[in-house]
Amino acid sequence: MFDIFFSYPTFDSMARLATPLLFACLAGLYSERSGVVDIGLEGKMLGAAFGAASVAFLTANAWLGLLAGIVVAVSLSLLHGFASITNRGNQIVSGVAINFLAAGLTALLGQAWFGQGGRTPSLPAGGRFLEITLPFAEEMASVPFIGRFYAEFLSGHSILVYGAFLAVPLTWWVLFRTRFGLRLRAVGESPAAVDTAGISVTFLRYRAVIICGILCGFAGAYLAIAQSSGFIKDMTAGKGFIALAALIFAKWKPVNAMLACLLFGYLDAVAIRMQGQSIPGIGEVPVQVFQALPYVLTVILLAGFIGKAIPPKASGIPYLKERT
Amino acid sequence: MSAGQLPRWADLGLIPLLNLTAAFLVSGLVVLIIGENPIEVVQILLWGSLGFGEGIGFTLFYATNFIFTGLAVAVAFHAGLFNIGGEGQAYVGGLGVAAACLLLDRIVPWWVTLPFVILGSAAAGAAWAFIPAWLQAKRGSHVVITTIMFNFIAASMMVYLLVNVIGKEGSMQPETRTFEDGGRLPMLNDIFPFFDFGTAPVNLSLLLALLSAFGVWLLIWRTRLGYAIRTLGANATAAVYAGISPARIIIITMMISGGLAGMMAINEIMGSQHRLLIEFVSGYGFVGIAVALMGRGHPVGIVLAAILFGMLYQGGAELAFEIPAVTRDMILVIQGLVILFAGALEYMFRPTLVRIFTFARTPASSVPAAAK
Repeated sequence: MFDIFFSYPTFDSMARLATPLLFACLAGLYSERSGVVDIGLEGKMLGAAFGAASVAFLTANAWLGLLAGIVVAVSLSLLHGFASITNRGNQIVSGVAINFLAAGLTALLGQAWFGQGGRTPSLPAGGRFLEITLPFAEEMASVPFIGRFYAEFLSGHSILVYGAFLAVPLTWWVLFRTRFGLRLRAVGESPAAVDTAGISVTFLRYRAVIICGILCGFAGAYLAIAQSSGFIKDMTAGKGFIALAALIFAKWKPVNAMLACLLFGYLDAVAIRMQGQSIPGIGEVPVQVFQALPYVLTVILLAGFIGKAIPPKASGIPYLKERT
Repeated sequence: MSAGQLPRWADLGLIPLLNLTAAFLVSGLVVLIIGENPIEVVQILLWGSLGFGEGIGFTLFYATNFIFTGLAVAVAFHAGLFNIGGEGQAYVGGLGVAAACLLLDRIVPWWVTLPFVILGSAAAGAAWAFIPAWLQAKRGSHVVITTIMFNFIAASMMVYLLVNVIGKEGSMQPETRTFEDGGRLPMLNDIFPFFDFGTAPVNLSLLLALLSAFGVWLLIWRTRLGYAIRTLGANATAAVYAGISPARIIIITMMISGGLAGMMAINEIMGSQHRLLIEFVSGYGFVGIAVALMGRGHPVGIVLAAILFGMLYQGGAELAFEIPAVTRDMILVIQGLVILFAGALEYMFRPTLVRIFTFARTPASSVPAAAK
């Protein structure tokens, strides 16, 4: 029983399950910090997963697959930007549209190109990011505690997992220690002030949205060509929305985002292992409880019962430079 | 971007028409990319959805779902709220339908069960919308996010209930027992024998949906509450000065919206499936967003848009049969494009139109609904 909650396999799968969430969550962070609400994370991830799997299958090169995933996600991001920044359309509506487009197009094109009911063929060797064993992992395994931690938890993930966790300090640094980050945060709070300072609101927001696309590309590629070996119809299965929940849970902060994603990844990992198990004294906890928990927690947080989640002030509001 | 530079018919007719045309042109492009002939696709779509009795029956059956979910989204829109939770509210609405049917179907005829079913489904849907509504009204939590979360919570809850609590014993399928005659709505075929809808499950709920559409029109444009809803949607600050309590209106509107979404379950559960089963909503709640946007929030527009989407769903099924490369996922693409062009890019063509109209001098007389 104890093993389900506290064991290296559980923690391992927590890290793996948290990775796509973390990429997507940071993606949303850039976008929403600049004032562009993005509920299309799910669709971008799905599109990226499909692009990555298709190209990785055709070229047998995981890196080209990743690149393709990024290209797809950035294109969808630009569409979102065109609708919500240039045309000042409703950002929620645009996000919903992108989710539908991605869900439909990936399945449709997948069927038309590969004829396997919307999935892509299994990836050839080289088309997948494999687990990396960190140096000296085997030698360290016998060292108690630290060695085991290194060998069993830190070592043995795909490069994208490390990338996701490195993206956290990087994001923190970009947002809080660079000029670009300062402006990005400013444009999410008070675009008029940024505009008055002579900085283009449009260009800033477009850059934020493009970064969002790049990170969604990583998230999707991870799902399709690292975690699994190919694209499956609807393979994101709501992960984009969990990432969105994590973003709110993290109150739009990078380090919190990582912790939130780890928490949600942990819940997922435990849920998988809890199936058919019963906790002494409580009895069998239905899997659905664990599945619903991230959403329930987010709603409770949103309700202001655990701290208060306050979004960037200008998020969701298109910026109108002047009245003509 | 001052308003009123376009004649009314252009704003209400021409712009939506242009947006829809754009959506369908891009859809055609997608068909071309797959390597099929768009003209042929349109022919099969039209024939499959309107060409024969059973096709029309299925079109109307799907349209019934979309009228309910479209109205649900539209009512919330009028108050400036975006209810993305139609999916979950409809799902939970199924509980209300099933409760009434399972309790009554063996004792009374269907017309006694029906009022309880309506009440049950609307109450269940409204209850599921209540928490996000209350959170928006009292705690300022954004209703879009909470309703998304509630869709997922509903999905988990319904699986749990169907598997562990109300599911048929000894069955591997997560579903309730099949309702007897007292829990089944009559098919339109039985009421109007001169129509031949074949095996299509179009049933009495269609009339209920049309009545609801009329009810929504009455509510929004002919009642005090509707006026308050529209005022809140147009200008929340002004609404406060007019003595309208935003919190109260938000909660009431969201509950009406949730109730309408919940009533969608009547069509599926009491009208067609005759048992509560897993994932019976299958995206119809989300289609409501496209329907409401396309119908521009007006019940008449929503009924028309619902029929169009019904045609897409039914024609799409025929299409997947005739041209295997164009799977039913094509409907999702079209749906996405309609939401994109009719919703997010709503005003893309407006500046160009304004320029054209100023250039050609605005026609003095307004021709109502000249375009479509």
